[in-house]
Amino acid sequence: MPAKTSARPPTRPAVVAVARRRALHGWGYAAPTALLVVGLFVLPVLLVGQMSLSDWPLLSGNQGLNAPQNYVDALTHRFFWDSVVFTLKYTVIATVLLIGLGLGLALLVQESSRWSAVLRTSILVPSALGLASASLLFYALYSPQVGPLSPLLQRLGLADGPVSFLGSPDSALWSTVFLVVWRFAGFYMLLLMVGLQGIPHEVIEAARMDGANRWQSFAHVTLPLLRPSLALCTVLCVTGSLLAFDQFYILTKGGPDNSTLTVVQLIYNVAFQGQNDLGIAAALSIVVLVVLVVVNVAQMRAMRAGQED
Amino acid sequence: MTTTALPAAPARPQARRRPRAPRSRLAGVALRTPYWVLTGGLALVFVFPLIWAGVASVAPQPGSSQVDGWGLGNYATLMEYQAGLPQYLLNSTLVSGMTVLFTLVASVLGGYAFSRFKFPGRNVLFLLTLAILMVPYATLLIPLYVMLNAIGLQNTLVGLALVLTVFQLPFATFMMRISFDAVPRELDEAALVDGCSSFRALRTVLLPAVKPGVITVGLFAFLAAWNDFVAPLILISDSTKVPLPLAVANLRAQVMGIVDYGATEAGVVVMALPCVVLFLLLQRHYVRGFMSGALKG
Repeated sequence: MPAKTSARPPTRPAVVAVARRRALHGWGYAAPTALLVVGLFVLPVLLVGQMSLSDWPLLSGNQGLNAPQNYVDALTHRFFWDSVVFTLKYTVIATVLLIGLGLGLALLVQESSRWSAVLRTSILVPSALGLASASLLFYALYSPQVGPLSPLLQRLGLADGPVSFLGSPDSALWSTVFLVVWRFAGFYMLLLMVGLQGIPHEVIEAARMDGANRWQSFAHVTLPLLRPSLALCTVLCVTGSLLAFDQFYILTKGGPDNSTLTVVQLIYNVAFQGQNDLGIAAALSIVVLVVLVVVNVAQMRAMRAGQED
Repeated sequence: MTTTALPAAPARPQARRRPRAPRSRLAGVALRTPYWVLTGGLALVFVFPLIWAGVASVAPQPGSSQVDGWGLGNYATLMEYQAGLPQYLLNSTLVSGMTVLFTLVASVLGGYAFSRFKFPGRNVLFLLTLAILMVPYATLLIPLYVMLNAIGLQNTLVGLALVLTVFQLPFATFMMRISFDAVPRELDEAALVDGCSSFRALRTVLLPAVKPGVITVGLFAFLAAWNDFVAPLILISDSTKVPLPLAVANLRAQVMGIVDYGATEAGVVVMALPCVVLFLLLQRHYVRGFMSGALKG
């Protein structure tokens, strides 16, 4: 740029002064982010640590340190281990289904035809909905009174009477899984499509030239190259499922008989429903936080180890 | 859709490759039929619940205010439910509007700072911002509930919007930083040498260049705030101040034993409509948001 060359050469002190002014400006622009991050993220994380070590009833606030009582109470809570087992079960089911289906759909709609675009859009529209709205929608859809599914099953001869989708532990779990798959399949399809498009076409063509059939080139070429995308999807899906709340809160409230109580729902119940103990809830939150960090680090390790092969 | 998103993306250095035309050379009608049936069935499964919600909200149903004949009875129920639909819509609009505003101000200024300025603590702040992703919602909301109480922002829409903004920051800051990074430095350096202040360079030169990023960030912030359920559930105790998703969920729980499914469906339609319309209008920005999410991995 001509303007730039005419301004040169600056003296050294001038350069230092400019750099200092630039740094000051930089801080100025970063200030809103810094305020939000420190005030509403760093401080709360420190506070939740302190709360987990204190006697902290919902309504009367901090009653002083009582470590490690909250952690003892949290780990011996009568629903704690049940909720852990249920959350893990749900996470495995949701992750396997969502990633399997996401990959299948991504392969199906990969072609850039008009019909593929229509299908892609239909699969993606549910992911624009909020999880709470989607859950309320399915709450009515599953209802034996107004929902269309119960009469449909009866007409098909698959059920004798009105079907209560949310009435038994197993059907409540699978009904919730179906809602989650409906809501999130498009999201994972999209992430995996991006991964598929990142695979150079020449590689697959080369495999074909070498005599690989469709399945062989998929299993031995596409799938290994898709590994980073699959790993990302797994991390997102596992993290999200371990923290499941909205869908269960709205569809089952943890019922029937606390059979669909997730860990986050337990935290919410301990803090704001009945027990009203923020200290124990904070201890549970710290446990969840530690588990999540460990899971994320382990998954990223595994991902990296896989890439080095 | 994805292919239309690609040329407009400034932030994607990745190699782009259009999917080729159908590979099968034998693609006769007979062979395509199973494909049509499968894909048609799939499209139906995904769209059916949405269509059903729309139809059910105006259809006659036992136990709703639309017992016989078609009409807007369920919407009328919703209009008069507790504080009334207009109040809940206003709450949702205010919270979403403030969240979008706060998110855009913080992420545009922050993205500019991270992309163009060197200052001590820059990398620490950026990593801290991304670290918000690692901390579960539930872990933060409990201390935030206590903190907002302490500073008098409990039970306020401003407090709620600030909290929602924090959860938007990792994506928004990341997105704006890569948007600014994609704009050639010569552009704003020339303006600075010509005597522009750094703020004026941002406003007049850079902002138009990163507009697609701004739209993506704004869209995601709006959808997240409009749809959020947990934060208001914990932070808002006054039933006249709750946003729409919480109000509709409460409506379902309120009437002991009997659920007004009609009004619930009407509520779902009111909540979903703006999201679906925005999605269809801004599809490529929506897709790009997902893709930059993929890039960070």
